[in-house]
Amino acid sequence: MKLDDLLNHSSEWLKGTGPNSDIVVSSRLRLARNLDKFPFPHWADKKQGEDVFTAIEAAVGKIDYLKNITTYKLAELDSVDKQFLVERHLMSLEHAQKTNHKALIIDEDEVLSLMINEEDHIRCQVMQSGFNLFEAWNIINKIDDSLAKELAFAFSRDWGYLTACPTNTGTGMRGSVMLHLPALVMTHQVDRILAAISKLSFTTRGLYGEGTQATGNFFQISNQVSLGHSEEEIIENINGLIRQIIEQENQARELMVSRNRAMLEDRINRSFGILKSAHIITSQETIELLSMVRLGCDLNMLKDIGCPNINELFIITQPAHLQKMEGKRLSSQERDVKRADIIRDRLKKY
Amino acid sequence: MLCDICGKNQATVHLTEIVDEQMNELHLCEECARQKSAQMESQFGLSELLAGMAEFEKPSKEKELEFATLKCPNCGLTYSDFKKIGRLGCGGCYTAFKKYLGPLLKKIHGSSIHFGKSPFKAGRGAKKRIDLSELRSKLQKAIEAEEFEEAASIRDQIKNFEEKQSQQNDVPKEQA
Repeated sequence: MKLDDLLNHSSEWLKGTGPNSDIVVSSRLRLARNLDKFPFPHWADKKQGEDVFTAIEAAVGKIDYLKNITTYKLAELDSVDKQFLVERHLMSLEHAQKTNHKALIIDEDEVLSLMINEEDHIRCQVMQSGFNLFEAWNIINKIDDSLAKELAFAFSRDWGYLTACPTNTGTGMRGSVMLHLPALVMTHQVDRILAAISKLSFTTRGLYGEGTQATGNFFQISNQVSLGHSEEEIIENINGLIRQIIEQENQARELMVSRNRAMLEDRINRSFGILKSAHIITSQETIELLSMVRLGCDLNMLKDIGCPNINELFIITQPAHLQKMEGKRLSSQERDVKRADIIRDRLKKY
Repeated sequence: MLCDICGKNQATVHLTEIVDEQMNELHLCEECARQKSAQMESQFGLSELLAGMAEFEKPSKEKELEFATLKCPNCGLTYSDFKKIGRLGCGGCYTAFKKYLGPLLKKIHGSSIHFGKSPFKAGRGAKKRIDLSELRSKLQKAIEAEEFEEAASIRDQIKNFEEKQSQQNDVPKEQA
């Protein structure tokens, strides 16, 4: 599968299906694994880095139920391609930097992605649409078992899977749930909730993970603790927290609809109006306006647009996507024009 | 005075930077200072935090020497290297630095005993089942290491597990 083919393809996590998909955009699990005896990527020399890549690629090739997978060597991709993969949440920002011996394996549905030689030898990630961590666990657990048959992982009976950074030791698992919380933001409750979350050893991040700001009312919540609990317990803990946040967001939405319906309809329709008529628009403004339109769809205030279409706009209006679609490099000003063109075109029938 | 970086604007921010024990004074305009501080923020990452977690006081000269000579036999990374970069060198480092990593893991995770899956048990229907005898041996270890908080948490897990088992009569009792 060529990288450009992904352009005409909708990722699994953007489908807008799955439980609670009006509030939960996607659920993601990742497992960190390392090969026994080999130095971790940052400490490995060229030969060791290549050996690790070869061993993992061969192991993945032996898993017969993983069909239609493609391997990309990061050193062979240009900066737009790398940014494109980050925008699709198929790899981390860190993986796009210092690309020696780094590779990415993804499956056709963009459910599975395997980063090789990121911070750890293997960062295996499974994405699902909606609130669905246990389904993601079933998939990733099976893949991990298959890999464990082919590769000797660095593991200790006391401390579990051994990782480059001690914050991932143990299960090596990080579960993240991407939430869309416009009502909690508009009713100024979100800071209080995020403060409470950080006290419970969970972290909140923006759309693109570590080091990114929360924009457009999107928040990514993940566990910090990976040792001392089983994988199922960790997932159950995240789920318990997410269920409470969903309930709070739902309450805030109901409150706004009952008390401030006119204000809400005004903001949603104005946002929709700007998107339908703008000729120059930044990605920041796009995300903020699309967030309101998405809320309008969820509350049935904007009919017929459909959540998947809005979700898709979030991603195809990102800088690297615009440049891939145009087939050439675009300056930031050129992108703002192109972005507005695409949005007007996609929304004109509504 | 003009800005040291761009040489165009008036320097309004004065910064003292210490790199490799060399002190540098920087005079920057507001714009360059903002960029510089963004750079510094991105550099101040996990490794500093981890190093800070590992001990509260500045280590003594003898300790520093011990950290510099404590070396992983598999990959050659020293404990000083780990404190500097915040990353271990290989799986073997966990054994080589066991004495320091145990308390560090406990600080990070609130526990230093793994309860998750294991690659050795991987296989068909690999839903992890808590192994009671393994739990008991972990409890014993925790008590021996005087990790009483840990021990209490394991004890609760055993109790929990036994209660669940007694509720499900169809599940055969596991021998300890």
